[in-house]
Amino acid sequence: MKKLLMITPLLLLAGCSSSQTWGWYVIDPTKASGWTNVKFLISGMGATIQISLIAAVMSIVIGLLVALPGLSEKRGWRLLNRIYVEFVRAIPLLPMLFWVFYGLPIVFQSMGMNVPIDPFWGAIITLAVSDSAFTAEIYRAGIQSIARGQREAAQTIGLNYVQTMRYVILPQAIRRILPPLANQFIYIVKMSAFASVIGMQELTRRANELVVTEYRPLEIYTLLIFEYLILVLIISAGVRWLERRMGADERG
Amino acid sequence: MQDAAIELVGVNKWFDTFHVLKDINLTVKSGEKVVICGPSGSGKSTVVRCINQLEKHQKGTIRVDGIELTDDAKSVATIRSEVGMVFQQFNLFPHLTVLENLTLGPIKARGLSRKEAEEKARHYLDRVHIPDQADKKPVQLSGGQQQRVAIARSLCMEPRVLLFDEPTSALDPEMISEVLDVMVELADEGMTMVVVTHEMGFARKVADKMIFMDAGEIVEEGNPEHFFTAPQSDRCRQFLSQILQH
Repeated sequence: MKKLLMITPLLLLAGCSSSQTWGWYVIDPTKASGWTNVKFLISGMGATIQISLIAAVMSIVIGLLVALPGLSEKRGWRLLNRIYVEFVRAIPLLPMLFWVFYGLPIVFQSMGMNVPIDPFWGAIITLAVSDSAFTAEIYRAGIQSIARGQREAAQTIGLNYVQTMRYVILPQAIRRILPPLANQFIYIVKMSAFASVIGMQELTRRANELVVTEYRPLEIYTLLIFEYLILVLIISAGVRWLERRMGADERG
Repeated sequence: MQDAAIELVGVNKWFDTFHVLKDINLTVKSGEKVVICGPSGSGKSTVVRCINQLEKHQKGTIRVDGIELTDDAKSVATIRSEVGMVFQQFNLFPHLTVLENLTLGPIKARGLSRKEAEEKARHYLDRVHIPDQADKKPVQLSGGQQQRVAIARSLCMEPRVLLFDEPTSALDPEMISEVLDVMVELADEGMTMVVVTHEMGFARKVADKMIFMDAGEIVEEGNPEHFFTAPQSDRCRQFLSQILQH
């Protein structure tokens, strides 16, 4: 039964090209029009990668800046961290995207500033901020997992807070932080699909546009799914490579 | 040099409602070796940790080299650069080599060049008798070697005072003496030391002053000879008989 379930979709896909109801020709690279379509779909890859990468880097930076007050001994700082995390974490991505893209420029205008937000940066800001609440929690857990004695030893050899973090705590925490951060990166890549609704020409937007002209949703969205799959698999491989390299470092 | 390196006057500390330190008065002169002993939970580690402000005291005055410890970050930084600390659990940085463990402080906090710092590091590794382990990671060393690296790491900051918080308690018995030997050598060279330990042999050998703490108080204080042969208080006598009977 289990085998049958696994085989069924494959049979469907394989059988499609000859079937009357399926139209794989639409993305058949051996046909001129199919190849044009495939190129059109894949051309969204650059934007998806750019948005995801920039948002991930921003999220990693913002997340750290949010996490550090959460580790403070002072209650006020910790409260600030809690408020940010709880608030940002509670906002669904799509409403936040609308708010940033349509709302934020008005906020700027009311302050007398003219800051246009295009779909590219609208998507990046939204993804970065939304994800940073999660990255912050990952940092906090990772840093807290480093024994207190490490921080104390760093203090007793005269390192200040920033130096202690930079040279002692973070290099150790990063090994524990990396796998969950990679998860978050994958999450960002997938969520970048929402950028399509504000007109960003990335993978999903391209697929939507082609569906409208070709009216072949199954074939086109199937290809779309595989495009994301390939991206995510590449990230996974990259992270595993990075982990191995760091692990080798650790053993010295 | 008989000026006070460390001065504690009426120091009190609470962990929430638990009164860990009760009116601690203690003077450590420059070059003096003070050994603090007492049952666990007596506050002896806390005294040492207050001296370099890993713990904050709530009442009283602590002066190191005449500088009073306040909440002011600058005074704490000044004190820490004068006071080295050796921990029970070594607390070496596991991601760095032995040499990097030793040069981190001098380079980042003291502003030494890498070359100067490495020379200094090798000098002190030599002094703790492990000149050949510089490029290993801490996990590759035995406990005794790790603790000696930790001592060398403190020495690289050239502190005026070295604090030891039960430096041999986490060691296998056969490694205790190699660490104590290094500490005796340091003592002989005139380092000012405050040592929390149960190693009474070491205490007899190097201590200028013995301190017995119990329940957050200094119960007994005196020169070692007097301390070991004629302790005044019952609690101290009882404690000594327990740890010396083996």
